[in-house]
Amino acid sequence: MLLLEDYNTRVVVLGVMALGAAAGVVGTFLLLRKRALTADALSHATLPGIAIAFMVVVAFGGSGKSMLGLLLGAFVFGCIGVLSILAIRHTTRLKDDAAIGIVLSVFFGLGLCLLKIASEMPSGSAAGLQGFIFGKAASMVASDAMMMLGVAVGIILVTGTLRKEFTLLCFDEKFSITQGWPVLTLDVVLMGMVTVVTVIALQSVGLVLAVAMLIIPAASARYWARNITSMLIVSALIGCLSGWLGATMSALIPRMPTGPIIVLVCGFWFVCSFIFGRNNGIIVSQIVRVQLNRRVAMQHLLRAMWETFEREKERSIPVETIVSMRSWNHSFVVRQLKRAKRRGHVTKREDNLWILTEEGSVEANRIVRNHRLWEVYLINYADIAPSHVDRDADMIEHVLGIDMVQKLEKLLQSARNLQSPHPIGVDVKT
Amino acid sequence: MNVEVGHSASSPVSIHDLTVAYHRKPVLWDVDLDIPEGKLIAIVGPNGAGKSTLIKAILDIVPRASGNILLYGKPFKKQRKLVAYVPQRESVDWDFPIDALGVVLMGRYGKIGWCKPVLRKDRKIAMDALERVGMVEYAHRQINQLSGGQQQRVFLARALAQDSMIYFMDEPFASVDAATERAIVQVLGDLRTSGKTIVVVHHDLQTVPEYFDNVILLNMRVVAHGSVEEVFTDENLKKTYGGRLTLLSEAADRLARGKVTS
Repeated sequence: MLLLEDYNTRVVVLGVMALGAAAGVVGTFLLLRKRALTADALSHATLPGIAIAFMVVVAFGGSGKSMLGLLLGAFVFGCIGVLSILAIRHTTRLKDDAAIGIVLSVFFGLGLCLLKIASEMPSGSAAGLQGFIFGKAASMVASDAMMMLGVAVGIILVTGTLRKEFTLLCFDEKFSITQGWPVLTLDVVLMGMVTVVTVIALQSVGLVLAVAMLIIPAASARYWARNITSMLIVSALIGCLSGWLGATMSALIPRMPTGPIIVLVCGFWFVCSFIFGRNNGIIVSQIVRVQLNRRVAMQHLLRAMWETFEREKERSIPVETIVSMRSWNHSFVVRQLKRAKRRGHVTKREDNLWILTEEGSVEANRIVRNHRLWEVYLINYADIAPSHVDRDADMIEHVLGIDMVQKLEKLLQSARNLQSPHPIGVDVKT
Repeated sequence: MNVEVGHSASSPVSIHDLTVAYHRKPVLWDVDLDIPEGKLIAIVGPNGAGKSTLIKAILDIVPRASGNILLYGKPFKKQRKLVAYVPQRESVDWDFPIDALGVVLMGRYGKIGWCKPVLRKDRKIAMDALERVGMVEYAHRQINQLSGGQQQRVFLARALAQDSMIYFMDEPFASVDAATERAIVQVLGDLRTSGKTIVVVHHDLQTVPEYFDNVILLNMRVVAHGSVEEVFTDENLKKTYGGRLTLLSEAADRLARGKVTS
């Protein structure tokens, strides 16, 4: 069912898939350049261009349906929209968001008015123009699709070739200036490609939602990719897949505008990525948090046991004593003890008392030592401490260096000697 | 050659009558300076004194209102390959899909050129740079998973990968851990030993005598510049910082101690 039989529809679906891939690729850099909303203003700004192009073509006796003319008008006004944003940003005190809001709404309002005028012109049928707002893949013909395919291939080639340059531009603009890269030119090329993608997306997705094709696949890809190349590929695949499913579904469900369906499919992929994605997807983040909580609980447990043994000169401890040491409840402590037992850190004797195994002692010793050194460090170096503290580091030496740790150990020793004559149970292990 | 009177063509950086303004408000006034070769040089001064701006003006990142700057007697545009830059860590978004090695490789982009791929030779140089800052084991770690100090070391490695004659560093010691601070000091020393010139925007007066040969005291204009022993004095610091005395006495303290011990 999803591989349509009608030749024309197939070609159209192919065109939309190509568009999805191109949008995914350009969108990756658009997103990383933090220009996503500029693209939204751009797509809205194309509407007056479409209306004016229609009127001009009709006035010269054309049919008004000349796709090339309409897209040319859209392109010109898309560029004017972007330039307006830049002009507002550089000549007024307004920030980007305000500039984008102004340009988006004013151009769109102008476009709606011009569209109304165009549709009341005596000659030529303006009925099809409404299709540009929400997209209407059914109105596309094979030649439109071939154009989309050609443009998409071109854009993917250009982006692929300039991958290194765009990566540097997006990550560290100032650094790229010092290396002599023409930042302005690269930005113009990037926004130019965004404009082209927006314009070829008008027919199928529509101008209101064109920006979704640019942003959503890239935003979804960010949840999976760990380098630019894989982000480009994943983003292109998601765009492509969304285009295919969206255009096919819209062909199968009559009277349904294409744009919203494609965007909904994109949205579906985004939700999947957001939940299951390996970079900060909510499941992964949750797992990481649970692991952190467990590690902290384990450290607290071992430290509590160690310090009790040290104080009481004991070797074993009942569960109740551990429970009383912190705001713990009984079942939690039992659970932690079982986990510690599975790891071989503790074991239960026949008399129901818990002891540290040899391995557990080593681990507990490490934890207690790190903890105490950090405490001393925080007390003695309060002014420089916050940025230096990484309490989770396995060895304090990895963060503070050996000489600092030796200094801390001396401090710790002397502080302890004041309180109690017995030697502290902290061995130096490096 | 276009060399002004009193300025030398052999100086790594020679600044003549530089004025920089943001939105009609001048940030640097008539800066006139020759930076000596092969030294470790600190730029110090209060917040808003134009320390970062001075570096950015030399590197053509901010436009200058007047004046000219020559690097080894030629304008920056012709000398880019001789210059490496470490921007402030906060100036970029570290949530970017790239690993530490990827960032360091950016230091090679200028030498690689348009549209050409990164070669094995470049990877080797980048790995060596990571080695020098003690970050080899983090080469394939995502940069958003690095600590602040590690991120700073990656930036330093990127500058090392540029393999240049003059290094400009913008607050490399700002909120880094002690291990990173030591790694940076080590690298600075190595660079000086191999004859490079290093200019560092520095915020911590206490460590100036310990880490640097020369100092530029800046507060919109150059208050004084020269070797630390001659220039880093109580009097000059007062001229630079005005009435902020707690800072000053600390620094003077440190200076006095530094002189006794070293």
